[in-house]
Amino acid sequence: MAELTYRDAVAAGIAQEMRRDPNVVFLGEDVAAAGGVFKTTVGLLDEFGPTRVRDTPISEQAIVGAAMGAAMTGLRPIAEIMFSDFFAVCWDIIANEMAKMRYMTNGQVSVPVVVRTANGGGVRFGAQHSQSIENWAMAVPGLKVVAPSTPADVVGLFAAAIRDNDPVMFFEQKSLYGIKGEVPDGEHVVELGTANIVRPGDDVTVVALAAMVPRAHAAAEFLQSEHGISANVIDLRCLVPLDTKTILEETARTGRLVTVEENPRLCGWGAEIASIAAEECFYDLDGPIVRITTPHIPLPAADALEDMALPSVARIVDTIRTGID
Amino acid sequence: MATKAKTQTPDLANDDVGEENRLNLWRKMLEVRHVEKRVQDLFLQNLIKGTTHLAVGQEAIAAGFGVSMKDGDYTFCTYRGHAHTLVRGASMVGTLGELMGRECGMLGGKGGSMHLTDAAKGAMGSYAIIGAHLPIAMGAAWSAQYRGTDQVSTCFFGDGTTNIGAFHEALNMAQVWKLPVVFVCENNLYMEYTPIADVTAVEHPAADRASAYGLESIIVDGNDADAVWRVAQTAYAKARAGNGPSLIEAKTYRHYGHSRADPGKYRPDAEVAAWLKRDPIPFYRNRLIEYGFGEARVDGIDTEVLAEVDVATEAAKISPEPSVDIVLTEMWADGGSAWRN
Repeated sequence: MAELTYRDAVAAGIAQEMRRDPNVVFLGEDVAAAGGVFKTTVGLLDEFGPTRVRDTPISEQAIVGAAMGAAMTGLRPIAEIMFSDFFAVCWDIIANEMAKMRYMTNGQVSVPVVVRTANGGGVRFGAQHSQSIENWAMAVPGLKVVAPSTPADVVGLFAAAIRDNDPVMFFEQKSLYGIKGEVPDGEHVVELGTANIVRPGDDVTVVALAAMVPRAHAAAEFLQSEHGISANVIDLRCLVPLDTKTILEETARTGRLVTVEENPRLCGWGAEIASIAAEECFYDLDGPIVRITTPHIPLPAADALEDMALPSVARIVDTIRTGID
Repeated sequence: MATKAKTQTPDLANDDVGEENRLNLWRKMLEVRHVEKRVQDLFLQNLIKGTTHLAVGQEAIAAGFGVSMKDGDYTFCTYRGHAHTLVRGASMVGTLGELMGRECGMLGGKGGSMHLTDAAKGAMGSYAIIGAHLPIAMGAAWSAQYRGTDQVSTCFFGDGTTNIGAFHEALNMAQVWKLPVVFVCENNLYMEYTPIADVTAVEHPAADRASAYGLESIIVDGNDADAVWRVAQTAYAKARAGNGPSLIEAKTYRHYGHSRADPGKYRPDAEVAAWLKRDPIPFYRNRLIEYGFGEARVDGIDTEVLAEVDVATEAAKISPEPSVDIVLTEMWADGGSAWRN
């Protein structure tokens, strides 16, 4: 086991796959010589050289389009979109082209591409550099959606994403880049679509993703110590494929379901999970399903305002305590 | 152009195009023309639904490039892409069947007119959102460069595409990376219903932008298959030699409206009449006769192609509708569409 930051785990995950497969190539803005604006790709240019690790112009459509064309013709490209907000600039190629190519051609063409991006808030960047857009991607048939919360999962899920033969949107949470965690030695792969129970509990199941996982975990510890409530925290890890089996089993076992989502309220991923649980394990529920989300607003920049908007440990604690009492 | 050609004395001794290529150009143009006319007929019979964007009048461009490509080269085209797909050798039955929504369709009925694809033949898709496929074609060229093959990627698009951002992003990156990609703008003078000249800051929408990317400004008569073939030779030689992309503007005209829903009434009668006189098919027929191919041989190919289209039409008509079981297949590479366990 080695302790890595989430940031270093990104480079480690990419390097693991580039060493294994010469068809893996990587492109994006400032990713090569500069090592990424978040320093997530430091060292890759030195190890793999400029034909495999390529700086691009500020041309998001060209970046994801090039990745798609290369993926259709034998390579396994990784494209970086610096901030997930910029998905809107190249959404045509992601949502209309790479997501639909295989279906429209009845399986003639596969698009094994990974689009990596820094997603989410908590770092005071304001409304155009802080969005959580994983639910945009979840809404498009043909895209797989991954969002790790730990350094080990960054490496393991990245390996699964790049080996997958379909387009995978890989959402790194930028406020997590500094966290540290143990990463297993040797090749590490985490199967897509497998949720992880990060803190077992019996009274309520709390489903979270990315930066909301450590917050839900901290809330669960507080609920246990201060209120005697045993919260069962699930790190979803992937939205597509979705591990509904684990969600439904754990919800049925605990009788309560809470989702903690960083995305804005309307059509956030928790709504889909709440709908599935309501349809499929309604009679196992002891109370209403509760969603904790960012309000339906653009994210503000100031510390006090952004902290108020994003689901906090205190809000998770209060919501669960109120709901259970 | 037809008049000019007739006044030229064919230099048979120095014919750079050659007999085999000329016959291929003629056959490919006829394949496209007869299939497209048949598509129009089938639409009027309500056997083709949705929409179609016909390339009647623009056949010489698809043929000129198609004949110049090698096996393994990549083609990326638009919703007006029946022509570019057919010239790669895609099946007529698969094409007509796809448009008619039949089981024999090349995409099993999932794609329709605007998404014809025959990846085994190098026809890597028809893209129906303006501009998207320029970066994708550029990416296929990047792949060829990375893998060290001599494959070239060709991207066909219309004049309207030159005003969308993806055009500029793709050209810039292709030139910076010196990628083996040939961008072919088919300038038929109208972006859908609006004259391209009314909405574009320069006279030649593609060629006048070439210098912005360090590329040569190339304009070709898109209704002269030989002229198109010649620019294709040059562009492919440049690409295969590792000297980077080309941008070619081919002037042409569509005989029908933008799509099935458009009668094209916005075009002046005199303009339409002038361009119909420059129809690339009779123009090339005249050239073949001048070059001594003989009417019987030239028209025999026409008859052969039309018979092929008749056979393909009947085969598509008797093909059943696709099994509805395939609605949920082939979204993912595992063959299915499951998003949950």
